Amino acid sequence: MVKEDRWLRETYVDLLIEAAKEDERIVILEADLMKAAGTARFMEAYPERTINVGIAEANMISVAAGMSAMGKIPFTHTFTPFATRRACDQVTLSVAYAGLNVKLMGSDPGVTAELNGGTHMSMEDVSIMRNIPGMVIYEPVDSAQLKSIFPQILEHNGPVYIRLLRRNAEQVFSENDSFTLGKGFRIKEGKGVSIFATGIMVADAMEAAKELETMGIDAEVINIHTIKPLDEELVLESAKKTGAVVTAENHNIIGALGSAVSEYLGENYPVPVKRVGVMDHFGEVGFTDFLKEKYGLTKEAIVKAAVEVIERKR
Amino acid sequence: MLEKKKLELEAKANEIRKLTIQMIGELGTGHIGGALSLCEVLSVLYFDTLNIDPQNAKMEDRDRFVLSKGHGGPALYATLALKGFLPMEELKTLNRPNTKLPSHCDMRLTNGIDMSTGSLGQGFSAACGMAVAAKLDRKDLYIYSVIGDGESQEGQIWEAAMLAGSRQLDNFIAFTDYNKMQLDGYIEQVNGLEPLNKKWEAFGWHVQSVDGHNVEQIQHAIDNAKKIKGKPSMILLDTIKGMGGYFCENLVASHNMNITEDMWKKAVNLLEKEEM
Repeated sequence: MVKEDRWLRETYVDLLIEAAKEDERIVILEADLMKAAGTARFMEAYPERTINVGIAEANMISVAAGMSAMGKIPFTHTFTPFATRRACDQVTLSVAYAGLNVKLMGSDPGVTAELNGGTHMSMEDVSIMRNIPGMVIYEPVDSAQLKSIFPQILEHNGPVYIRLLRRNAEQVFSENDSFTLGKGFRIKEGKGVSIFATGIMVADAMEAAKELETMGIDAEVINIHTIKPLDEELVLESAKKTGAVVTAENHNIIGALGSAVSEYLGENYPVPVKRVGVMDHFGEVGFTDFLKEKYGLTKEAIVKAAVEVIERKR
Repeated sequence: MLEKKKLELEAKANEIRKLTIQMIGELGTGHIGGALSLCEVLSVLYFDTLNIDPQNAKMEDRDRFVLSKGHGGPALYATLALKGFLPMEELKTLNRPNTKLPSHCDMRLTNGIDMSTGSLGQGFSAACGMAVAAKLDRKDLYIYSVIGDGESQEGQIWEAAMLAGSRQLDNFIAFTDYNKMQLDGYIEQVNGLEPLNKKWEAFGWHVQSVDGHNVEQIQHAIDNAKKIKGKPSMILLDTIKGMGGYFCENLVASHNMNITEDMWKKAVNLLEKEEM
């Protein structure tokens, strides 16, 4: 597996600029993190359509809601913790409750906040957003997928939370792969265990599947890029086939992908499930590789979980 | 202002007040105090100022009004009904099961509501966003918003105030319903706002203070605000919480109180006698 040459945010900003050419309604809102989001290029192209409110995330979200009420399609940009836990009430009421069409981008999810450390490291953002009715949650894997999904985000008339890795993603997909918002993507067929992974954990899930193969276990790997609404059909189909499920995410195991899959299967088709993710604690400073290792967000953790759920199946 | 117009706006304010007392009274409980302090500003806005059309509620280039103190909803519903946005009989459904008229304003439910409000501070930010969008599109329209004095304790009010001042949003005209009371007591005893006019001035706003129960002064202040270029406008309305309700006027307890049938009927009767 290789890392992409360009940071994922650059692809995101390309897509925004391209879309803004075609659609005058697109505006961006910033809270003094343009240099982190890479949106300065958008401002160069569309200075008037770039509204930097300063360091005031709550205000940014409600201002965006007001702009949406006037017919604009606002994209707000900040770090994942500020887009969710800080502005939670504004996202819930000004945007979702009011039925407005605001796209909320949060960058640097989970351990990828790296040296910004615990204060900036959201382990709970997806869980917060999942509890907001009507919210769509999308976490891209790489640039090819983001390019395929982005037009669908634009087309969707309602709030979408885009949980965006800022830096280089592992290249998992090719430009020929096609994705649908709200639908999972089967990367590898298998019969022995289902691994549902999102974001940076998809690459680890694929590595884990290779290792499991050497152990004689035929793993199925599915990318759930849209955490809400969950692709229940695919989850059910895969669980019925394999009878054992592992989830993997760069997030607290409470409230996000692992919870969504467990809740659905618990009610509809109970099978052994093991969630790989952060075990309910805060983040800290460190580079991604170090933190992944420390919190057990690794290929090894996925392999171990797979062996465990297969064991429980018997 | 012509005497005829003044009398008309006063009469409308009185109608709004009576309907509001009746709506909340029939239900038996509600945010009566902060609704009754709004009647005059709503009368001026809806029967003089706003470029709106009840026959075409979503008219693209209409003026917008955001009642950021969303708990004043009942007074706004009464106004919308008088203006023709809602059938009068709908007022009887306030807070009843499956109503389109909830305590706090909901743009998805109620014809004529431009923004959902209720969590204080947010409506004002949204109104600010509307003004930003209108400027961007060079639209010849105004965004109006009423905030509460208690609401002004929310940090988000000042985040939006700073942005509106900084962006020189002269298409944004806001009011503070300054009735000096909040749920837990007198504003100045809970967490004082004074000097409120200086605060708004410091945030880059043009500020006027008027008698919030005088339609002529309110209308005049709006005319002044429209002449100001390069600054948003704040009109501080000196108001009385529970104004016009004999059982709730100038009472801290009026924020949200229980009302009997005798109370609301007597209050409406008294207001009718005043008209004569």
